[in-house]
Amino acid sequence: MSEILSAPYVLEYTYTRSTGPVVGRFLESLRYEVLEGVKTADGRVLCPPLEYDEEGEPTTDEFVPMRPSGTVKSWSWVPEPRRGHPFERPFAWALVQIDGADNAMVHAVDAGEAKRMHTGMRVRLRWADEKHGTIRDIACFEPIAPYLPSPVHLEYDVNPGKHYSAYLRGLQEGKLIGGRDPEAGKVYVPPRGADPMTGNPTNEYVEVADVGVLTTFAIIRIPFEGQKLKPPYCFGAIVLDGADSPIYHLVSGVPYDEIRMGMRVKAKWKPKEQWDTSLENILYFEPTGEPDAPFDSYKEHL
Amino acid sequence: MAEPCAVIGIGQTKHRESRRDLSIPGLVRDAAIRALQDADMTWKDIDSIVIGTAPDMFEGVMMPELWLSDALGAAGKPILRVHTAGSVGGSTAVVAAHLVQGGVHEKVLTLAFEKQSESNAMWALSPAIPFQPQLVAGAGGYFAPLIRSYIRRADAHPDTGCVVAVKDRQHGLLNPNAHLHLDQTLEQVKASPMLWDPIRYSETCPSSDGAVAMVLVSAKHAGRVSNPAWVKGTSVRTERTFFAGRDQVNPAAGKLCAKDVYDEAGISNPLQEIDCAEVYVPFSWFEPMWLENLGFAEEGEGWKMTMEGKTKLGGEMPWNMSGGVMCTNPIGASGMLRFAEAARQVRGTAERHQVDGAKVAVGHAYGGGSQFFAMWVVGSER
Repeated sequence: MSEILSAPYVLEYTYTRSTGPVVGRFLESLRYEVLEGVKTADGRVLCPPLEYDEEGEPTTDEFVPMRPSGTVKSWSWVPEPRRGHPFERPFAWALVQIDGADNAMVHAVDAGEAKRMHTGMRVRLRWADEKHGTIRDIACFEPIAPYLPSPVHLEYDVNPGKHYSAYLRGLQEGKLIGGRDPEAGKVYVPPRGADPMTGNPTNEYVEVADVGVLTTFAIIRIPFEGQKLKPPYCFGAIVLDGADSPIYHLVSGVPYDEIRMGMRVKAKWKPKEQWDTSLENILYFEPTGEPDAPFDSYKEHL
Repeated sequence: MAEPCAVIGIGQTKHRESRRDLSIPGLVRDAAIRALQDADMTWKDIDSIVIGTAPDMFEGVMMPELWLSDALGAAGKPILRVHTAGSVGGSTAVVAAHLVQGGVHEKVLTLAFEKQSESNAMWALSPAIPFQPQLVAGAGGYFAPLIRSYIRRADAHPDTGCVVAVKDRQHGLLNPNAHLHLDQTLEQVKASPMLWDPIRYSETCPSSDGAVAMVLVSAKHAGRVSNPAWVKGTSVRTERTFFAGRDQVNPAAGKLCAKDVYDEAGISNPLQEIDCAEVYVPFSWFEPMWLENLGFAEEGEGWKMTMEGKTKLGGEMPWNMSGGVMCTNPIGASGMLRFAEAARQVRGTAERHQVDGAKVAVGHAYGGGSQFFAMWVVGSER
């Protein structure tokens, strides 16, 4: 126990302040969301206005409207606000030079985090919801970001075309459909309408196996906006038996460090009752357990 | 015979993650004014403007050339937009060169830009379209399987991609305009996380804001400067993304583009007759892949050149002296930056990343699914 006694004590009283003709007008204007400066005898503009300038001269009765924005001349971050501070969250005390003023105003800047603060930053005035004719009618200043959101929204009807539709109808029945170039014999999955190498139509549809060779792959570990799958996941190029072009799909059902180029894989279908006109009918490809395909057998697909 | 064409003005912005200090018109104008100053010209001297940008979804601005015409002093002048995905900066410069070589215009301003901070390229490249699963995850997701194929085919040393990353970042330290200034060790790069296995974080390019511009003129006007870069050859080639038997690692269109541009420039042995190259390497493994595709190395041997240090500044065949796309990637502008940096080398104005005595240099760009290619050869001699 301490030798010295102590007890809490609060000294509190509300004074009645006469604001005078200059500061009084400034504060009264704030009630109406009007920010005013006052001219000095030598033509400078002070905001906040003073009755007497730093030379000891009375300011004039000429008030000028000010734009409610300014520049931070100096600042100090308050990481742990105290009672009576304008915010309970961290903020900055700053000297803000209102645009067009020759002096600066001490006020709070609601920047969220200290790293957004810098001398020279542009800020705009935020008005308090309730006005009382005090400096707190200015709630604070907030950073002006030199950019704005610009939403773009486009709506399409996606028509996948005749050949891709045939492919999707096949998927609905659990079949993988390709289109064959009758001359070159190449089978494209999905059918492309024409063989890009020969220009021949690939109107002859053939069913290919849901088993094939994983030629190459990537393991995606990066998240991004709009991503439907949760990383990590593996996707790869799979040349189905009977096809001459790869399809791309997920590879799963096996630890990632066991996935290999040349691995034989088989489609893992959703339950039949969930089939739709989508490659999503196949959840992923998984190893068949067969021996790997020799490199030479698929190197032309890399 | 084509009119001789020379690059007499080059300008670029400082490239950063975010140029929030500039609007898109302000960004392109910054590069254009620097190019005009370099060429000792004003807007009035320019006959036409050729602008290149990446896909509209990258910035969400459709037909940006119309919006930007005021910022580019294009009122009353022809303005043309070129659009070939990631290779666009290169093919834009080629179109501008052709306007001069074809005698259509004598003084052409060409430029390219990208403001990645205003958008999200990963989102733009990975749409979830009806009827198909969303699988590809940005450009890295697309190219990672091709890189895996290359490593297997060439039996390449697994550190090659990391070695390129360290090398290009060291070069970037010499370039004040570069976005990334990273003094990285091989161990640091190897320890960076796998994003699109086999591609590590540090083996990828950044997302940048930036623009680049060049003034291309006919021989009559080349004397405005003492050190024009002469366009010795240009080429653009394209192939389909998917066809049976497509070689995606070493694409035919890239090989044809290289052969065409060397033929036009009279080059039979690129390794001996070219002094340095600025090549589009957005993922570090593309250096060895393009060394082979562009004829600087035999197939399967590109990674050895890299591992032997031949592609460093001071090496036998320096590549990406400016730090390349690995340090600076305003996508639409990345190709033109390669063309412009090649021209700076033969003009002798590449400052701290200058190759001593460079007389012949190559600029290269590619885009899409390794399917659009653009190249030029520039030289100090007409």
